[in-house]
Amino acid sequence: MDINVDNLISQMADQLSARLEGRPEPLMIGIHTGGVWVASQLHELLQLSEPLGILNIAFYRDDFSRIGKHPNVEPSNLPFDVDNRDVILVDDVLYTGRTIRAAMNEIFDYGRPSSISLAALLDRSGRELPIQADVVGRQLSLSEEEHVKLCGPSPLTLQISKPG
Amino acid sequence: MTDKQLQLDPQGRLKHFLSIEGLNRKLLVDILDNAEQFVGVGERTVKKVPLLRGKTIVNLFFEPSTRTRTTFELAATRLSADILSIDIEKSATRKGETLLDTLRNLEAMHSDMFVVRHSNSGAAHLIAANVAPHISVINAGDGRHAHPSQAMLDVFTIRRHKQDFYKLKVAIVGDVMHSRVARSEIHALNTLGVQELRVIGPKTLIPTGIEDMGVHVYHDLQEGLRDVDVVITLRLQHERMEGPLLPSASEYFKLYGLTEKKLSVAKDDAIVMHPGPINRGVEIDSEVADGKRSVILQQVSHGIAIRMAVMSMTMSTLAGQQ
Repeated sequence: MDINVDNLISQMADQLSARLEGRPEPLMIGIHTGGVWVASQLHELLQLSEPLGILNIAFYRDDFSRIGKHPNVEPSNLPFDVDNRDVILVDDVLYTGRTIRAAMNEIFDYGRPSSISLAALLDRSGRELPIQADVVGRQLSLSEEEHVKLCGPSPLTLQISKPG
Repeated sequence: MTDKQLQLDPQGRLKHFLSIEGLNRKLLVDILDNAEQFVGVGERTVKKVPLLRGKTIVNLFFEPSTRTRTTFELAATRLSADILSIDIEKSATRKGETLLDTLRNLEAMHSDMFVVRHSNSGAAHLIAANVAPHISVINAGDGRHAHPSQAMLDVFTIRRHKQDFYKLKVAIVGDVMHSRVARSEIHALNTLGVQELRVIGPKTLIPTGIEDMGVHVYHDLQEGLRDVDVVITLRLQHERMEGPLLPSASEYFKLYGLTEKKLSVAKDDAIVMHPGPINRGVEIDSEVADGKRSVILQQVSHGIAIRMAVMSMTMSTLAGQQ
């Protein structure tokens, strides 16, 4: 499957700017690592004034008791106060919804935003939690055995692998 | 079984944390990198992450220590674990219960980790060798043997101020003989590959043969401090001050107490450390302890991050086993 990621991101930027009318100076937060790649492009396209935030949800995952800690990664860095701000949370692939749940839990440990919107490059089937994106680059219907991965940071390409 | 065999799992991951001895450089760096991730947690609105939620950690302090105990408590709390501290001196062992019986009881309460402080060398090792396999043991200081988390927070503090260990000259000053902190620091700093490691103190307080651990011995403070990047001052314990090993506290201060004047031969940007609690006017002058080179209070904050790192790493290893 050939998907042009840059085109998807510029479509997302258009949808976001429509959505952001009446919400001046939103904060953008990308989820490590793929979400950060997508977010940094969106951040540039939308010419946001606040710096881009980076969220690493390794400490908020719900599978620690099963598989332990994830290997070392960059810590989260939110270089702003989230209190009473409109937050746009960005991830590459929205799948089970567990990453987004963990990300929202972490954001609330920094403060109380007035709203959070979710932007995802891909929205694939397989949700396990009642979470949906507000802005989506593309919907994909994949079976449980199929995997999709964003490769980057430059250029951004999508890899879809089927079993066997 | 050696500490090394006991504290690592077959994949070489940290299962218990008993001593620095036997841990390789990669693992020490891994602990430091983990701690780096936890430093920011204390500065947020909600000072905790849910990593160890639902875990029960028991502080077993057979020997009193306010600072170490509270930083372990804070570290556990910031990882969302439940922690209780038992002051064993006042409890069941006084009534004749053996150490292993106390352990069995705490295991029966479904504990996941014991943090052990004991005046006997090897106590944490003994407990680690006898606990149920799902429990991790952290040594919070045992006799004259080891205080690995203190050593790691010290090297963490050094790394945050000075990047490359291989360029550094480090001096440890004072009662090296009775110091488990010094022993653990020597292992950690040599494993991390500092350029030169010195110990400075009177002959009576420097163990003979310590050169075999890869250190240079100085009995003259001024000479030992020349060109160093880091000075670690050790606490002179009160009970030693009046013993046969030392003339008097004031005499000690005159010869080995750290003052601005004596420090002038160290590098201009040298940092001064102390594991606390400090004896002002005995091993260190107030002007130094409160001065611009002092990183003593940063050591305390870093102690929380290091303990969070070690706790999450051992719990992670055990999670992977199940």
